[in-house]
Amino acid sequence: MSETSVVTNESATESTTNNEDAIVSYKNITKSFGDVEVLKGIDLDIKPAEKVALIGPSGSGKTTIIRMLMTLEQPTSGEIIVDGKNLWHMEKNGELVPATEKHLREVRGDIGMVFQHFNLFPHMTILENCMTAPIHVQKEDKASAKKRSIEMLEKVGLGDKLDNYPSQLSGGQKQRVAMARALVMRPKVMLFDEVTSALDPELVGEVLEVIRDIAKEGEMAMVLVTHEMEFALDIADRVIFLDNGVIAEQGPPSKVLENPDNERLQQFLHRFRG
Amino acid sequence: MSNWQWDTFFEAFPLVVEGLGITISLTFACYLCALIVGFIWTFIGRMKMKPLRWVLSWVMEFIRSTPPLVQLFFLYFAWPMVPYVGVTLDPFTCAVLGLGVHYSTYIGEVYRSGIDNVEKGQWEASKALNFSTPKKWTKIILPQAIPPTIPMLGNYLIIMFKEVPLASTIGVVGILQLANNYGAQNFRYLEPLTIVAILFLVLSYPSALLIKKLENKMNRRFDKKEALHSMKESKGAVS
Repeated sequence: MSETSVVTNESATESTTNNEDAIVSYKNITKSFGDVEVLKGIDLDIKPAEKVALIGPSGSGKTTIIRMLMTLEQPTSGEIIVDGKNLWHMEKNGELVPATEKHLREVRGDIGMVFQHFNLFPHMTILENCMTAPIHVQKEDKASAKKRSIEMLEKVGLGDKLDNYPSQLSGGQKQRVAMARALVMRPKVMLFDEVTSALDPELVGEVLEVIRDIAKEGEMAMVLVTHEMEFALDIADRVIFLDNGVIAEQGPPSKVLENPDNERLQQFLHRFRG
Repeated sequence: MSNWQWDTFFEAFPLVVEGLGITISLTFACYLCALIVGFIWTFIGRMKMKPLRWVLSWVMEFIRSTPPLVQLFFLYFAWPMVPYVGVTLDPFTCAVLGLGVHYSTYIGEVYRSGIDNVEKGQWEASKALNFSTPKKWTKIILPQAIPPTIPMLGNYLIIMFKEVPLASTIGVVGILQLANNYGAQNFRYLEPLTIVAILFLVLSYPSALLIKKLENKMNRRFDKKEALHSMKESKGAVS
């Protein structure tokens, strides 16, 4: 047990030493919901273009980590730095004060997210779902937003469904629209929150295929909360195992998933492989 | 029906119908007032200041727990006597304020339910796409919140139409008041009041049917299976 923790600490420091070039840095982040402390001090740097998979038992706080980056949850303490800018705090008269909505909007423009339950806008066609944010948020002109949206939808294999409404699509198709919708915003960091968990098993493949394509293109950092271990092994540069609100082990997928040190991780993986 | 006289009916009919303009315009004026004030209630209800919300719920409870007739009488007869703030209002304005504000509390509740029915995921998606607050409301939330409330809002329009005769008690001369006047002058109430009943029926029944149709359309638009499914899903969203 003591041996395990030594190794864990080593790999943790390895990734925090070099944080100037990180696109996202979590600094001693904690999060409590009422009396329950979900995250107990998370330090995490994500490099540009890095693909990070977050794994761990339910309730380990992995979803909370990415939800805080999307500003859907506020950290109880600690800082998150996005591309050199403090996300949850801003400077005012030389002091750090809680961020205003205006500040949050400036910083979170670099982040995109795909949700477990798609959260498509049901009153819009899938093309409109993709176009609406570029037009109304980024003030792109309509023609170019439309062109880019169509290209993106074609890329995820839905070029023939442009005028359909989300209710007319299968779960896998909905999730691919959700990815296109996030991608047209050109985020620097893309978050995937258990994007295949709500899908029928036979639809999981088509969604993973799209994520794999996006990952291959490179430039964008990706953080995936996932239960698909094979998939994590395949596309991630680094796998992080969260347990009880702390990073219990992290490293290259081949190490973490195939030859883990942490005992809890061994049990966790064992359960997955049956 | 030996008492029924067709010539009285035909004599009274045009006289009573003359009030229809007032009755209908008062209905719409009260309704518009209720829609606007209801919006203000909903807006205050969504503000973050707790004391304000507390005062709001108390005011709404007060308005809802007193009969509209009492409110009308108070506004018309008692309000002018109140020192400093009291003003005399003409009957029409008084009725618009009294009935409008009374029903605004129910209308506000309809708005609130419409907004609450928009799934949590929709708010999160608007945040993830970095919508500004005004755009979030106009492009994402309201287009989903309003359609399901349209049948309910329509119902309140019909209810308002049927409440408007209350205004005759403070002297707004609508069809009821005209019928009553005719009756008093000619000692015949049966025909003019029958005319009033028929006019109300003829106007509100088709409107009710229309709203029923609208409701069915909205239900189909907002596919129930789909809505139920996503509701179940969103319950397990935080893990």
